[in-house]
Order: sequence, then C-alpha cells, then structure tokens
Amino acid sequence: MLRIEHISKTFNPGTVNEKTALSDLSLHLKPGDFASIIGSNGAGKSTLLGAIAGSFTVDSGSIALDGRDITFTPDHRRSVVIGRLFQDPLRGTAPSMTIEENLALAYLRSAQERTNPFSRIRRRDKEFFAEKLKLLGMGLEDRMRQPVGLLSGGQRQALTLLMATLVTPKLLLLDEHTAALDPGTAEKVLELTRTIVADNRITCLMVTHNMKQALELGSRTLMMADGNIVLDVSGEERAGMTVDGLLRRFRAGTGHELDNDRMLLSD
Amino acid sequence: MLQIVQTALELGFQYALVAMALFLSYRILDIADLTTDGSFVLGAAVSVTLTAAGHPILAIPAAMAAGACAGFVTAFLQTRLGVPPILAGIITNTGLYTVNLMAMGWKSNASLLRADTVFTLLRAAGVGGEWYELLLSAGITAAAGALLWLFLGTRLGLSIRATGDNRDMVRSSSVNPAFTVTVGLCLANALTGLSGAVVGQYQKTVDTNMGAGIVVIGLACLIIGETVVGRGGIGRGILAVMAGSVVYRFIYAAVLNTRIVPIECLKLVTALVVALAIAAPAIKSGVMFQKRRLAAGRRGAC
Repeated sequence: MLRIEHISKTFNPGTVNEKTALSDLSLHLKPGDFASIIGSNGAGKSTLLGAIAGSFTVDSGSIALDGRDITFTPDHRRSVVIGRLFQDPLRGTAPSMTIEENLALAYLRSAQERTNPFSRIRRRDKEFFAEKLKLLGMGLEDRMRQPVGLLSGGQRQALTLLMATLVTPKLLLLDEHTAALDPGTAEKVLELTRTIVADNRITCLMVTHNMKQALELGSRTLMMADGNIVLDVSGEERAGMTVDGLLRRFRAGTGHELDNDRMLLSD
Repeated sequence: MLQIVQTALELGFQYALVAMALFLSYRILDIADLTTDGSFVLGAAVSVTLTAAGHPILAIPAAMAAGACAGFVTAFLQTRLGVPPILAGIITNTGLYTVNLMAMGWKSNASLLRADTVFTLLRAAGVGGEWYELLLSAGITAAAGALLWLFLGTRLGLSIRATGDNRDMVRSSSVNPAFTVTVGLCLANALTGLSGAVVGQYQKTVDTNMGAGIVVIGLACLIIGETVVGRGGIGRGILAVMAGSVVYRFIYAAVLNTRIVPIECLKLVTALVVALAIAAPAIKSGVMFQKRRLAAGRRGAC
C-alpha cells in the first residue's frame, strides 16, 4: 500500500539551523494497517507525515502509494487519495463558510465532482452530507447552514475527520489530532476515528503522544528517534506489551530515555 | 436636482463593479490587489479604442478580457514566482501604464466624438427614455452581480472562497490554491475592466490618469456598503458594494455641489475614511485597553 524507501530530509541545510529531520527512513504499510507512531520531541514524526502528504519533497529516497510513485507529486494532487488531520482543529476547515459548503469542498475529491468545476451543491448532496453528519452524533446535521467558525474545537475536528474520509482515502494521516481537545472530546473524536477507519478499512498512520493509545489503537506501533524508526512492533509481541515494556524496548534500541514533554504514560 | 441624482446613480452603478472586484479580491481572497488602478484604465482604453473603431458592443467583452489578462499577470507573479501579493499588483500596475498608452495608440488620452457607444445604441433603440444611461449602467452591474453570486455558489467558487479562509484546507480538498487565486484575480480584474469599459463609453473619453486612486475609492464603497447593508453572506456582500458605491457617489455629488469641503480634498477625505474604517478594530481595542488601565487606576509600570 504505502512504500517508503530510504527517505531523508534536512531543513535549512548549510545554516546554523540545519536540522536533519528524516534520515534514511523506510516504512511499508499493508492495506488496512493502522499504525501509531510515538517518539521523542523532534524525532521526525510530523515530518514523516508531511513527507507523505507532500508538504515538501524529500531530499532523497522515494515514496509510493498503491504502486504509484508519488515522490514528486504536489500536495494538492496527493490529497485526492490521502486524508490528513492536524493537531490544530482550526486547520482543517474554512471558518467563514457553512458546514454544508465545507463538506462540498471535501467532496471535490470524488472523481465525478473533479470533472465539473461549475456544479453546485444539489439536494442529493445535502442529504448525503446530513446522513454522514448524523454519524458524528453532535447534532451538526441540523446546523448545516451555519458558519463553521461557530463550532467548538472538538466539533471542528470531528467535522475535519468526516471531511477527510467523506471520499474514502487510500491513506489517512493523523497528526496528534486529539491532543488539543479536552479529554472528553478527545475520547469522542478518537472513538469516531476508530469507527470510521474500521468501517471503511482505511490504511492509517497516527502520531500520538499517548503511550497507551499507541498500544491499544490499531495493529502496529512504531517508535521514532532521530529521524528514523527504531522500533516496530505488531502481532502477538504487541498484544502482550505494556507501556513499561515499550519504554524498555525504546531504551534498549536507542541507548537513551524516551523524552517527550507531552508524553502521557497512561491516560 | 434630478440631473444630479441621475448622474450619481449612473456613476454609482458603473463604479460599483470596481467595488465588486475588490469584494472578490480583498474580502473573499484576502488579497489587496493593486492592479485595480491600471486594469480600470486598461478596460477604458480598450473599450474607447474599439468603440472608435466602430465596435462598441464587442468593446465590452474585449475590455473584460484585457482586465483578466492583467489579473493573470499579477496572479502569476505571486503564485508562481514568489512575488509578495501587494508588490505583484504594483509591478503589474506600473507595466500597465505603458500597455494603456499602447491601447490608446500611444497617446495619453483618447476621445469619442461621433462614434456610437452602447449608450447611444440603446437611446437609438428607444429603450428607457430619459433614463437609458442609468438603465444600462444598473443593468450591466446587476447582471455582473447576479453572475458573480451564481459563480461563487459553484464548487470552483467555493474553493475560491475557501482560499481566502484557509489555504491548507483548499490543498487538502485536492485543489491547488495557486489556481484558485489565479481564477479569482482574473475575474476581479475582468470586473474592474468592465467598469472601465462602461465608464469610458459613458464619458466618451479615456485618460491614462483616470484610474488614480480607484482602488481606495472602491474600498471606500465596499466599507460604506458593509456599514449600510451589513456583512453576511455572498449575496449581501454583492448588494452592499452596489449600495456603497451609490452612496459614495451621492456624497461626492453633495460635496461637489455644496462645497462643504473643496472638491480637490475629496481624495484625501476618501483615503482618511478608508484608513479609519480598516483601522477601526485596532483603534477600538486600543481604546478598550486605555479604559481598563484608567479604571484600574494606575499607569503601566516602566
């Protein structure tokens, strides 16, 4: 599904701010894989998602999705098949436009809508959007003509999740998408994520700072340090693993403690 | 008196197209497009030259196309070549000065003596009686406004609106913001060109300097309109620019006829109105801060 081969990225090369964010990283995801990524501050977790989404081009190596090389594909073209959520719940929606209009934009990623730029939101689309909004259980289906700027952070993040998956993506990238929400809302958005990803069998890569979440959610846990993946556990090994065990493995692999000022060891 | 009202209405509708263009570029795309001054003159120059050559109707779409080209150049500079948006407009505007002279046959002004214009054609057809000029001006502006309103409801229109709101989100909806900015600026400058085209044929003359300060006047109309009509959706915004432009022309006529302030000062007054209106939020929060500080009964330490 996703094949990342030996990618590297250095920001601000040749300056005092030079920073190697990814160094010779390789990663393969199988269809339906749900992998969570944890790691120290500056380990390159967000950079990895940025490289996959196309926020920048990597210095070397290649990225292929579903057999197609996308190393040099611009980000807006990759977004046809890659959905992405950021930590900041405001980044995924247009505040002055209505819920309905935001959904209509997200729906642009579907094949039939891309062909006609002058098509308008039809009644059929509205019914489809309302049906999808109902699944969020936030009553947003009754507020479709209200500007998104009026919604709370949690509602906006849930809406962004819906928008990213309205047209089922081949790959969903989640960058600590619940970290800025209050615990109750975070739990709700996470539950929605779990359901939507499972129902549509979406291949998913999630950065989290919650160790427990990293072990519980999905089928694979990756740990990053210094721009590379230092630990990759799945299957039975993962099923029997505790947070302590994970930390021990990290120490053994890298020679130092996991250091993340936001890291949650439990809930 | 009636004459004054009639003229104010006519000019109000003609210049409303500039305010509509700024509604699109400044309000929706969040780009201060300084191409406006130049593309207004370009529209007028193309329109007058083609009218003089006997094609007053063809002159209108031609002027719009010329305006769209100017908008394309500005958009290309800022989206593909990394020129800061304001500078991109200034550069295009400077270049347009020469292009405008060219469009007028290398003269700094041009006039229509006996050539038919869209206005005289309408009068000859006997439509509108005494009010034919107002009828045509209002008709063109209303039609442009309606088309713009319809366009902004399409999916391309929605992505243009989202571009001014959240470019990240546009990208993640598989749309290239460089493309939406380009379409938006082409469209805005086509509207400005249309305004120039109508004004040029109405006044039967074009001058290289007739566009000076048009962008600030357009912003004044936009702000006056939003004050009168209120801000809200797209439809309300389009009505607001028309109302604002008409109100501005009434103020202009009042100043011209009563000489409350010398007419030479009107541009300064316009500039002040625009500066104050745009500064209003900053002024308001500054006043609030001072009020709180005084209420707390102390002056800021150090």
